Amino acid sequence: MLQILNEKGDVKEDLEPKLSAEDLKKLYSFMVTTRVADTKALKLQRQGRMGTFAQSLGHEACQVGSTYALGKNDWTVPYFRDLGTYVTLGFPLKYWYLYWMGNEEGMFIPKVFNLFTITVPVGTQLPQAVGLGLAANIKKDRIGVLSIFSDGATSTGDFHEALNFAGVFKTPNVFLCYNNQYAISLPRSKQTAAKTIAQKAFAYGFDGVLVDGNDVLAMYVATKEALDKARNGDGPTLIEAYTYRRANHTTSDDASKYRSEEEVKAWEKKDPIDRFRIYLKTKGLWDENFEKQVQKDAEEQVEKEVKEAEATPSPLIEDLFSHTYSDMPQKLKEQMDELKAGLSEDDQ
Amino acid sequence: MNGNMVQALNLALEQEMLRDERVVLLGEDVGVDGGVFRVTEGLLQKFGDARVIDTPLAESGIIGAAIGMAVYGLRPIAEIQFMGFVFSGFNQIVSHAARLRNRSRGRFTVPIVIRMPYGAGVKALELHSESTEALFCHIPGLKVVVPSSPFDAKGLLIASIRSDDPVIFLEPKKLYRAGRQDVPENDYEIPLGTAKVVREGEGLTIICWGAMVPQAQEAADAVEKEEIFPEIIDLRTLSPLDHETIIQSVQHTGRALIVHEAPKTCGLGAEIAALINEKALLNLEAPVLRITGQDIVVPLPKSEDYYYPSPARIVRGIKKTMEF
Repeated sequence: MLQILNEKGDVKEDLEPKLSAEDLKKLYSFMVTTRVADTKALKLQRQGRMGTFAQSLGHEACQVGSTYALGKNDWTVPYFRDLGTYVTLGFPLKYWYLYWMGNEEGMFIPKVFNLFTITVPVGTQLPQAVGLGLAANIKKDRIGVLSIFSDGATSTGDFHEALNFAGVFKTPNVFLCYNNQYAISLPRSKQTAAKTIAQKAFAYGFDGVLVDGNDVLAMYVATKEALDKARNGDGPTLIEAYTYRRANHTTSDDASKYRSEEEVKAWEKKDPIDRFRIYLKTKGLWDENFEKQVQKDAEEQVEKEVKEAEATPSPLIEDLFSHTYSDMPQKLKEQMDELKAGLSEDDQ
Repeated sequence: MNGNMVQALNLALEQEMLRDERVVLLGEDVGVDGGVFRVTEGLLQKFGDARVIDTPLAESGIIGAAIGMAVYGLRPIAEIQFMGFVFSGFNQIVSHAARLRNRSRGRFTVPIVIRMPYGAGVKALELHSESTEALFCHIPGLKVVVPSSPFDAKGLLIASIRSDDPVIFLEPKKLYRAGRQDVPENDYEIPLGTAKVVREGEGLTIICWGAMVPQAQEAADAVEKEEIFPEIIDLRTLSPLDHETIIQSVQHTGRALIVHEAPKTCGLGAEIAALINEKALLNLEAPVLRITGQDIVVPLPKSEDYYYPSPARIVRGIKKTMEF
């Protein structure tokens, strides 16, 4: 398993990436912002101001480290537990909150982001990610496509079809699996009899690497290597990020039904932010003032985004109909008129 | 060109690939083999393997990849070898191709065409004769197109390729080589969503599509001697339906008979009957009748003819409606 930073914050210097002080501070601040935004979302959900969502707690290093390795023209195909990806890309979090508040407008992705939508059916985004890679090959664009999923997805047929296509067509895909040990209640041991998820890559004719998913430096290094390889035309890579889903599957789940408190506690000790803080401190890049500033900035940013999300009006009736087809068929116009007529009668 | 439907489709593909380099083909055996029905014959040689892609045997992979390629700016045409095999890729069509425009608020569109041979009547194996168009018509965001002649096949395929929406393009395999027709060399589109009155008539409208069009025509020929002259509508696009052409015709004739080879229950005939009920009830002289495949599994070749709506069954339907 690739690990550069262990849970005590000790570093393997020979593997350390050449990142500037500024880069390292950014990685820290993105992870903190992710946690702040995630915690805020949980509060909003408990207060009834947001719907069910999938918490990211414990995935900060996987999300931030991998996303930080992306090049300007690379694409990202996320899944539904990827808040840190959005934070790191600089994506306006307003949209992220809006989506989980139940407003379609939240899935709008401004054109400056080569970012795909959230996919709900597990694993089904993977063939699409391969399609992006295949198209890039056809157009001779030298890009990488980072597609993210979790251990549950590796049991789906689409995982197999996607990786098989990627191997055959040598597409520039990086398949990043957060092995967070659970797919809702099902433990990783019941998801597959394979010893690792990474080893599945060999059957498709490309490399698989196992990485400590709570080590942001290892995540960055592994993803960057895989993306460089993809852009050079050397084909796909499967990365297994070994981590743990510390929160419930979603806010509608109760994980105490299927796992012990001790198990969760043990993983808290491996916290990705704690160990990176120790690392920064050793490097002389962290002090109390820096910590306060990072926390303050994160909270301010999150509050601003939430405020904007909550101030966004619900979609108009027209918006619900207008994105079904490129041109609105007569039947939809009639159905929209019928809906509006019914509403105006209710008003009377 | 004077040619059959396979040749017309091939010509449409070739011309669109020449015209627009974003158009690419992918599917099982579409390259070296030219497709099991030879619709893509010769295209690999003309356009190379970057644009005519022989894929592994995986329908979800094919359709999923086509979606991603479309998002990246290409206009992929995916071939599913037989409609009976599309269900491995159904999730990609229903959960993603149809919804991505809406999900992304218009940022991502999916201008793909999913071509597939459909229907019975060619003595094929199990799961090679299905006609499950209604399943696709039920899904918001998809367009569903079925040609019944070489001329229409070319014009509809070109319009489908140029459409910014995902199109399910169903090719009636019984008609692939059933007849030849003059097919213009120039490019032309038959606008999606427009039905065609293929025979003008009085007293009864027969509504059909695909391989049922020639069956209905044969039935109409047979009743001429009894002074019955049905009007025949070939829907050509099943979603969105051309309400106007259907309703205008029924208002004119006062009777309607719907013919489809799909099973009766929840077949598209039910939707059309409901539409006529909503918009032309007072014009009707008789109940709307359906002559369709039965609600059974399409039989294997020895019994296939029982299932497939025959001109004789259609004639019976015509008379029943006229004599009501």
